[in-house]
Amino acid sequence: MIKRSFFKSRYLPYLLILPQIIVTMTFFYWPAIQGLSQSFFLSDPFGQRSQFVWFYNYIELFTDPLYLKSILTTFAFSLAVAAVSLSLGLFIASMANRALRAKALVRTMLIWPYAVAPAISGIMWLFLLHPSYGVVALGIKEWIGVDWNPVLYGGDAMVMIVMASAWKQISYNFVFFMAGMQAIPKSLIEAAAIDGAGPFKRFWFISFPLLSPTFFFLTVMNIIYSFFETFGIIHTVTQGGPGGSTNILVYKVYQDGFVGLNLGSSAAQSVVLMSLIIVITFLQFRFLEKKVQYGG
Amino acid sequence: MQESGKDSIDLSVHNATKNFGDFVAVDSVSFDVEKGKFFSILGPSGCGKTTLLRMISGFIEPTVGSILIKNQDMAGRPPNQRPVNLIFQNLALFPMMNVAKNIAFGLERQKEKKAVIDKKTEEILERVGLPGFGEKKVDQLSGGQKQRVAIARSLIMKPTVLLLDEPLGALDLKLRDQMKVELKTLQNQVGTTFVYITHDQSEALVMSDHVAVMNNGIFEQVDTPQNLYAKPATPFVAQFVGENNKWEITIDKVSERKALGITKEGFKFSMPLEENLQNDDILQFFLRPESILLQPDPSIRDLNRFFVSVKTILFDGANSRILALLPQSRREIQISLPQNRQFDHIKIGDKIEAGWNPGSAITFPQEKVVA
Ligand SMILES: Nc1ncnc2c1ncn2[C@@H]1O[C@H](COP(=O)(O)OP(=O)(O)O)[C@@H](O)[C@H]1O
Ligand SMILES: [Mg+2]
Repeated sequence: MIKRSFFKSRYLPYLLILPQIIVTMTFFYWPAIQGLSQSFFLSDPFGQRSQFVWFYNYIELFTDPLYLKSILTTFAFSLAVAAVSLSLGLFIASMANRALRAKALVRTMLIWPYAVAPAISGIMWLFLLHPSYGVVALGIKEWIGVDWNPVLYGGDAMVMIVMASAWKQISYNFVFFMAGMQAIPKSLIEAAAIDGAGPFKRFWFISFPLLSPTFFFLTVMNIIYSFFETFGIIHTVTQGGPGGSTNILVYKVYQDGFVGLNLGSSAAQSVVLMSLIIVITFLQFRFLEKKVQYGG
Repeated sequence: MQESGKDSIDLSVHNATKNFGDFVAVDSVSFDVEKGKFFSILGPSGCGKTTLLRMISGFIEPTVGSILIKNQDMAGRPPNQRPVNLIFQNLALFPMMNVAKNIAFGLERQKEKKAVIDKKTEEILERVGLPGFGEKKVDQLSGGQKQRVAIARSLIMKPTVLLLDEPLGALDLKLRDQMKVELKTLQNQVGTTFVYITHDQSEALVMSDHVAVMNNGIFEQVDTPQNLYAKPATPFVAQFVGENNKWEITIDKVSERKALGITKEGFKFSMPLEENLQNDDILQFFLRPESILLQPDPSIRDLNRFFVSVKTILFDGANSRILALLPQSRREIQISLPQNRQFDHIKIGDKIEAGWNPGSAITFPQEKVVA
């Protein structure tokens, strides 16, 4: 038998977790419940009166073409961010894994972007890509002759926030891919090499399948990131514009609630987002534990 | 090794050397392996075996020296363009593929037709004693079965030389003994040249036609298992291959017809007469436990006879030993204890007679200690 410390008091454990519970209650459950109840009310912009309206806010929401467009925009945006940051993260990780000497240096350098706050990352990309003062933007117009203007064109704006958002996430993906690759025994790669598989085939048939749990995990993390954590980037770079072309769901919550002062709709949008998080997290746990793992 | 025609040499290593920085992992190693032979490289962990094997397979290039397979210089050729295959220390089966996919991997890379691949896979599975195992997942296999799948995956590529890096290391003792025999039988059947590395002398002795004993990056001796055991060329081989009692002795007296050895404690015995034996020579003296007879028949002549006191009995079936003390000294000596019931009466503390024929000992000049 393992000896454990033994406390007589029945209340001590509860006392010990009390601070954590208070914090969670105050900063998560209470606002969540507030939001949930708010979503069933219509209030006037000055918060004087409110009226219980059942699911009116939700019905309005899902019949609002702007909201439906925002959903599409969000999906396009997050798929693009995930695709760019996963593929570049994977690519850089496989390169870094081969370059033996500089490995440690490369790793450290590549991790840094992750430490940059989203808003700052947004500003940096703005400095690069803003049509009037962005260094790269001027270059694009000058040398490539593309009429680059994210302030006017929705497509360009989307490209810009995808880059700004993916850039930060590449380093996150890189770290996980790198760790995943180092966990693959070198002999597996060599066994494939001696059987005649070139570098690409080795990657495709050996490394990639063995990285699939990592890949799946990162896909989920990247989607969560682009759904919910890119607010700072949108806010500094495009403010959802031009013409709502980069108005993704989290940003729309803010705009409708705090700028448009439509608190009921904003609350309903928050509830929708929250349900999304719950669903994604649930799926992630289910799949990560069952599907994508190999024994031995 | 006997000289034979060049065509019969599958693998020829000349002067192969590998440096890692200042460290010499493999130092001027040369050997030939004839077609269809089972050649083992035996040495303690870290002596450079894997490094040598990786040079032959092409994963690393030798710093100096050359490697020829079927008289073709392999310099600069990547592993997949050499007629070799390698079974890794950890087997390196692909965990996400089933058995058939693992085995077919190389043929698929060669764009072989599917029907041909399926047929060959089935054949080779049968050959290694796993018919119908194609659909099994790798992690459903036992240690011995994984072993065979790894062998099948390598053999299906029809290598001229199959390299094996301690493939039995992960198996338990009983299975290892069984796989030794199977591997040897399989090698006989397919006729592929095997180069097998191991730190386990019994694996090397049981399976091999020739064994190279490796230590600190050099080959100490290349010979048949019998010769390694009976005529070790260096003190290292004498100690590493089989058990040996090792003493440091001084030559006490040399006459026309007789030499005496004397241990530090003053135990004297007669030595085989060798030409260049000088008085006061210091020698390393090796005597196998089974060379020492217990209670030798008085009719046997010319034995070094003496009494020992039994300190411990190490029972280990056919390998049983007595740990005994030499007369008037605290020096321990191992003596084989045959389990034919003749010696059942021996107890700890007994004084019993033992003896050995001077000719069965092996001696080497004392190594010069370089300061
Ligand atoms: N890539 C390497 N760089 C530096 N030293 C190495 C490298 N590979 C092996 N060594 C060294 O060479 C020696 C022999 O290694 P190895 O061939 O693996 O031994 P064995 O297989 O006989 O156990 C060891 O001391 C090991 O540390
Ligand atoms: Mg090794």
